[in-house]
Formats: sequence, structure tokens, C-alpha cells
Amino acid sequence: MEVFIALMDGVAVALEPMNLGLAVLGVIVGLFVGAMPGLGSVNGVAILLPFTFVIQGITGSATSPMIFLAAIYYGAMYGGAISSITLGIPGASTAVATTFDGRPMALMGKAHVALVVAALASFVGGTVSNIIFTIFAPALASVALDFGDPEIFALMLLAFATFVGLGGDDIPKTIFSICIGLVLATVGFDIISGEPRLIFFDITGFSHGIRFLVLAIGVYGIGEMLWTINTSRYGSTMTKVDVSFASILFAIREFRKAWKGTAIGSSLGFFVGILPAAGATPGSLMSYGVTKLVSKNPENFGKGEIDGIAAPEAANNAASTGAMLPMMTLGIPGSPTTAVLLAGMVIWGLQPGPLLFTEQPDFVWPLIGSFYISNVIAVIINLAFIPVFLWMLRMPFTILSPMIFVLSLVGTYAAYMDMFDVWLMVLVGIAAFFLRILDYPLAPAVLAIVLGPIAEPKLRQSLLFSDGDFSIFFTRPIAGPITVVAIILILLPLLKFIRDKFRGNKKVVDDT
Amino acid sequence: MRRAEIVTSIILGILSLYFMWKSGEAPSWNPDIARFDNIGFIDGEGPGSGFWPFWLSAIMLICCIWIGINWYRKTSPQSVSEEPFLDSYGKKMLLMVGGGLLGFLGLIHIVGFYGAMFIFLFYYMKFLGRHSTRITLTISVFMPVISFFFFDIAMRIVLPKGYLEPLFIPLYDIFL
Repeated sequence: MEVFIALMDGVAVALEPMNLGLAVLGVIVGLFVGAMPGLGSVNGVAILLPFTFVIQGITGSATSPMIFLAAIYYGAMYGGAISSITLGIPGASTAVATTFDGRPMALMGKAHVALVVAALASFVGGTVSNIIFTIFAPALASVALDFGDPEIFALMLLAFATFVGLGGDDIPKTIFSICIGLVLATVGFDIISGEPRLIFFDITGFSHGIRFLVLAIGVYGIGEMLWTINTSRYGSTMTKVDVSFASILFAIREFRKAWKGTAIGSSLGFFVGILPAAGATPGSLMSYGVTKLVSKNPENFGKGEIDGIAAPEAANNAASTGAMLPMMTLGIPGSPTTAVLLAGMVIWGLQPGPLLFTEQPDFVWPLIGSFYISNVIAVIINLAFIPVFLWMLRMPFTILSPMIFVLSLVGTYAAYMDMFDVWLMVLVGIAAFFLRILDYPLAPAVLAIVLGPIAEPKLRQSLLFSDGDFSIFFTRPIAGPITVVAIILILLPLLKFIRDKFRGNKKVVDDT
Repeated sequence: MRRAEIVTSIILGILSLYFMWKSGEAPSWNPDIARFDNIGFIDGEGPGSGFWPFWLSAIMLICCIWIGINWYRKTSPQSVSEEPFLDSYGKKMLLMVGGGLLGFLGLIHIVGFYGAMFIFLFYYMKFLGRHSTRITLTISVFMPVISFFFFDIAMRIVLPKGYLEPLFIPLYDIFL
């Protein structure tokens, strides 16, 4: 009851005209930043951090600037799905998994359904995580801290195993795709020993590593676009989209079919978000994998499955709230964006940590209240703008495609300010186009380059801890079951092969 | 397609071998470490720096051999496909669009992002899309202008201007 009263007081402060206005502005900025390829919530929050000193100067409190930045964070989580679905380019790494099914659904002429499902799943994910955050904040932070290196590596292994076991693509090509993504993620300096690795032909551009967006935009912005042009011959790539009010209502009703993905995304996303150094991107990818794992129709994933859109979208919003938890209660950021928010809090004179809730309730509860308010604002603005997003899809492809190429190039440069990355992105895109023709699945490579920098140190630190003994992944109570499920999934195609072979032999014997 | 499948798997196999070779490279500042010393478990340090990429590259090589076996046994769809890898349209498209993209990249170093953006959009919409000059010019001008105000002015992300840099100085004076 005490928590509820504190929350209501916080909501009342968050609804004050100044704070409400900042939340609306923050959500709109976040939507644009999230939808723009190459820019994500971290860019928006970092770039506008100096602006918050002006806000603090006007309002005299640290709450208003934090509400503004948190609203940008929320808006960006919604915005990432827009370009993933309408253009096929993930606006941010958090929306990569949304592309897997969002884009195929748009190509089937159901972009309105994909956009509505993404918005509503985001809303549910955000709301569920807000409620969990409000009630269980301190207790959950300690559970997440029980997740050590072996447990986190086991989770990563599970994410890769779902692609092998349930992907439905050619097995050696899928494994190759995962491995090349993981290997490319190691380019640069080894973060443990500091030794340079895989600096190809001693080109200095490789010393900073192959960045995620270079691969993601190359694959989805250039490679996918070349493939679409080659297969569609500039013809219409999607059936006509109905943008009437009735069609939006129909899409809202369709959302009921996505309950499973939304539930998994909301809960798993929040939990992964709490894990230090994880955040919304692994949260959304893992939720996608787990939803596929438990789905009755795993073969439909990657072809426009509604749960495949709901799960990552619910997860990235839930994770963005989850990532706030260790930041506020322990002073440990759960994602790059919360690291910037943490820096802001310190600059505004606050001390994040266990005493924040007791010593600064006037800051904490209005901020939590603003999470709820920003979430409502974001879903309303998002749904209201769906016809505008759909309008983009009705452009002739000979106008849309060069604009996507331009956005891909500008987005890559804007993200890292390095022309080497832009060249590399285009070359990756052309290579991805050739591999796509030969049916190499590229989504696992993108997943791998995101999770690789997390997975490798976790594996190496686990093995250092166990003195090189791999049994550490099987003997620990949380890591053990996750690893076993992952191995079963990896072996699933082999088991199916043996079963089919056995049935085939049996059929031959029966026939004779 | 059948030939492309095996040629690609051979190229990727060679790439995997190259990755394995590169992963085993010792840091230049320590001549005492031999190649491939870093791919195993080092006492007191755990797995070496080449451990993860080396063994992953080895798995990549195994996958390429596996793809080759599937090709030989004709058990994968591409190994039995009689379709061309790229037909004449595909080759032309790759030359026009891929070439246009590489031209865009080259032009950035000369006329900057905004100039190259204008030229690429004009080339694409006028010559590949065959749109009217009015639509082509409108979009070709609109995109760089919007991009300039979004990136350079609002987000303070300065894109390269090449030899057109002096033209932007008055705009910075007005808007920044």
C-alpha cells in the first residue's frame, strides 16, 4: 500500500504540465531517433544530455530532465520497429529481431498489422515491466546478480541453438552464419589480454572492430535491398495495404493472437534487461528465440509470424525498464543508454545506489510514475502515426530504394563518424546479397555479432574460473538446465534425421 | 546455381582457413610467443586470445566441407538447381545499382555526403527509375536538405563536405 501511495504521488508529479510536456517531447524525439537507421536511444540520450542542464535550470529539479531522457529512451524502443517493418532496416540494434518477422509481414501486405502489434506489444511490455519494477525493484536486483558468467553464456548458447534446432534453414549454412558473426565480433583488440586480433591486412580501420551496425545495415539495408530488386524487378514488393480505421481496428484485434510472444517478451525482456551489460538488444533476441522455441508453429518464424514481432518488441521495452533497475538500486547500468543516464544523474547531484529510494523519494517516484505516462504517450503517438508510416510503403520502389540506400550510408556514418565503416558496410551488403541468393541465413550472423562481445568474455571467464573444465556449464543449478536444453536443440536436426532415416527404412521393409 | 554453390563453399572454406591462421597470430610486441600458442588454455590466464576465433573458424571450415558433401551428394536445393546464379537482369542490376553505390561512396570524398547524395538520387531516379525531372529534382534536393538540418544542425553530427565545405559555412553562421 505504501508503494502504491508513493507511486500515485509520483504519477501526480509526472502529470504536471512541464513534466508532461517534456515526456511528450521526449517520446517524439525518441521515435524519430529510434526509427532513423544508425541512431538509437543511446545516441538520442547522449546528444540531448547537455540540453537537460537547461531543463534543470528552469525547473530546479533533477526529476524533469530525467523524465525527458527516460521518455527518449522509451520512444526510441517504439521507433526502432518502424523502420524494421516498413523499410526492412533495423532502426537500432534493439529492433533487429523485429525485422525477422516484421518485414516479411509487411511484404505480405500486412504492414498495418505488424506496426499495430509492435506498438501494442511494446505498450504491454513496458507496462508489465513497470509494474514488476514498482513492486519488486530491490528484490529482483539481487536475483539478477546471482547470474554469473556461466549462466549468461548458457543463455547466449540457447539463443544460438534455437536458430540451429528450429530455424528450418540449411544446418551447415546456419552454423556457418552463426560462427562467422561470432568471429567478426572478435575483430579488433581482445578485451581480456589487450592483444590485437584479426586485423585483416593490417588495415587500421579493423582495429576498432567490426561494429554491429555496419553488419546489420549492410545485411538489411544494402544486401536485402539488392536481393529485393533482383527478385521483384522493381515491381511491387508487397500487396496493397489498407490504411482505413477499420483495418487498424482489425489489427488491434489480431494482437490477441500474439499473447504468447508478448508474455514471454515482457517477462524475459525485463529480466535480461536487469542483467548488467546485457540490455534491450540481447533481451529482444533471446525473447524471439524462446518464443520460437515454445511456439506450436516454429517453422512460421521468419515468414511473418505475429508472435515473432510481439516478442522482441515487448522485450525491448521491458528490458529498457529492467535496465533502469540495477542503475537506480545498485548504480550499475544494465545497458549503454542507462550508462549515459547514470552519468546524467551523477552530474545532477544524485547518488545512484541502494540509498536512492530512501533518501531521494521525490526523485525516484515521479520518475517511475513518468515511465507509466511515457508508455501511454508513446503508444498513442505511435498508433496515430501508423498511416504516415504506411504511406512510406506506397512510394514507388524506384524512389524508396535509393532513399533506403542513402539512409543506410548516412546512418552508418552518423553512428561512428568513420568512412571506413561506410565502405565496409557496402561491401558487407554486396557479400550478403550473394550469400542470400544461395540461401545462407543471415539473421544468425547479425545475432552473433551482437551477442559475441558478451558471450566470449563470459565463456573465457567461466573457463578461467573452472581451470579449463567445461563441466562448469553443466554442474551449476541455473546454467546446467539451460546448457542441456541448448545442446538438445543443437542436436535436434540430427535426431530428426535419424528418426526420418529409421522411418524410411521401416517403410521400405514394410513395402517389401 | 550448382556451380556457384560449390565455388562459394570453397571460397568460404579458404576464408575460414585464413581466419584460423590470423587467430593464431601472436602480438608483435612479444616475439617469445609462437603462432598458435594462444589458441589453447594458458595456465593462470585461461583461454588465450585466439581460442574463441580459432575454434569458431574451425567449425566454419567443417561447415564448408559439410556443404561440399551435400553438394556432391546433391542433397541441398542449390546443388540440384539449374537456375543461373545471376541472370542477365541480375548482372545488369548489380552493375547499375552496386556500381552506383560504389560511385556514391567515391563521390563523398570529392563533393561530400550531401553533394554525393544529390547526384546518386538524381542518377537512380532519373536513369534507373525513369521518373519525371520534377519528381527527381524535388526528392534529390529535399533529401540532402532535410539530412543537413537533421544531422548537422539538430544532432550536431557533421557529415563530410569534401570540396563543397565553403558553401556550408554561411549556413553554419545562420543556424548554429
